[in-house]
Amino acid sequence: MQPTPRSIINILDLTVEEIDHLMDLADDIEKNPEKYQDKCAHKQLATLFYEPSTRTRLSFESAMLALGGQILGFAGASSSSAAKGESVADTISVMSNYVDIMVMRHPKEGAPVVASMHTTVPFINAGDGGHFHPTQTLADVLTIRRTRGSLSGITLGLCGDLKFGRTVHSLIDAMLRYPDNKYILISPEELKIPEYELDKLKEAGVEFEETTSLEEAIPKLDILYMTRVQKERFFNEEDYLRLKDIYILTPEKLRNAKPDMAILHPLPRVNEISVAVDKDERAKYFYQTLCGKQMRMALILFLLGLDK
Amino acid sequence: MTVDGIENGIVLDHIEAGKAMMVYKYLNLDKLDSQVALIQNCSSRKMGKKDIVKISEDLDIDLDVLGYIDPGITVNYIKNGIRVDKKTLQLPETLTNVLKCKNPRCIISIEQELPHVFKIVDRTKALYRCMYCDTIVRSEELN
Ligand SMILES: [Zn+2]
Repeated sequence: MQPTPRSIINILDLTVEEIDHLMDLADDIEKNPEKYQDKCAHKQLATLFYEPSTRTRLSFESAMLALGGQILGFAGASSSSAAKGESVADTISVMSNYVDIMVMRHPKEGAPVVASMHTTVPFINAGDGGHFHPTQTLADVLTIRRTRGSLSGITLGLCGDLKFGRTVHSLIDAMLRYPDNKYILISPEELKIPEYELDKLKEAGVEFEETTSLEEAIPKLDILYMTRVQKERFFNEEDYLRLKDIYILTPEKLRNAKPDMAILHPLPRVNEISVAVDKDERAKYFYQTLCGKQMRMALILFLLGLDK
Repeated sequence: MTVDGIENGIVLDHIEAGKAMMVYKYLNLDKLDSQVALIQNCSSRKMGKKDIVKISEDLDIDLDVLGYIDPGITVNYIKNGIRVDKKTLQLPETLTNVLKCKNPRCIISIEQELPHVFKIVDRTKALYRCMYCDTIVRSEELN
């Protein structure tokens, strides 16, 4: 029997050593891109996107192309076999015969678990509803390491929708595995971090505080991780309108921030970061997408055993 | 009230009072041709009140489901009027198609042929987690 291929569904499916290895690999890709440009020659990546998410799909596609590989797939359920009622299990079983590695985005939580049970090639979850999105977290940790030099000893501010924001939960999960980090959780009462996430911080015995004020928190931060308040998370329009613009990051608010603080955002932003901030050296959210591409390259190489 | 002992079959003892009907339902005892007795609110030295279910057939019962309903239940196997085996239960590691995931965002909600699989996360609180979407379900949600 073939060994079971790796499936990366959640950031915790990778060990700390593996994440460190991926970051080292991404740094080497940055330095010597030509060394990697043909690594995936004759390898094929399937991008199975049951919902559009153009940004994530293009990031994976550009990663595979930069490795000299090929891509095939679909985007949007209406154009795919899913529209004809084919199950995730069947699609994965078929695609396993066509490609060397697969990436899937699906609107339903847990779809990657089903995929992992049927794939015969390495599998990467590119987001399952509001559940997990491990390659976003890989982009986040690499951006932090590159801007701070390390993943330890950091005061990390997480701002915005901490209740539904899956990127925030997953970033906390990843950062808790590195020592001496402090967490400042900035959100309105209604969008506070859920109890089960708070329990993880308490269990880890790390320093953290909850606040509603971005202004008060900002001078302490090494990293400010902004998130978007998503309309689809609200049951009534009124609450959404009241909360959506509660933390808008402007050059004025940045005046009290450390000169070397880094601003991250999983993108797309709506208006929680004023465009005027883009010119600030501390704005790292576009750089973050480059880190994301390089981490996806590293992950593809690693899962295909081409990282040696 | 007295209910006769059985010659051959199974006696489910120490069922938490009020749960006999649940045992009946989840073990599909209504499908049996043999005699089944449900005894509610028996006095018990240990428990105050308890329920008992007697089944006069040596059927292969799903101990996982039973353990989930009430891990305190004891299962007695009777042959020729004598108890030949006794089993105590515990909360099962995995429950398949017993609990239903009600998360509307779960893949289960659109792919009906998938089995509903839950894994235990906390024994003392009897909490289970959907294998797909990680939704946590409490034991009292089984009804
Ligand atoms: Zn579920």
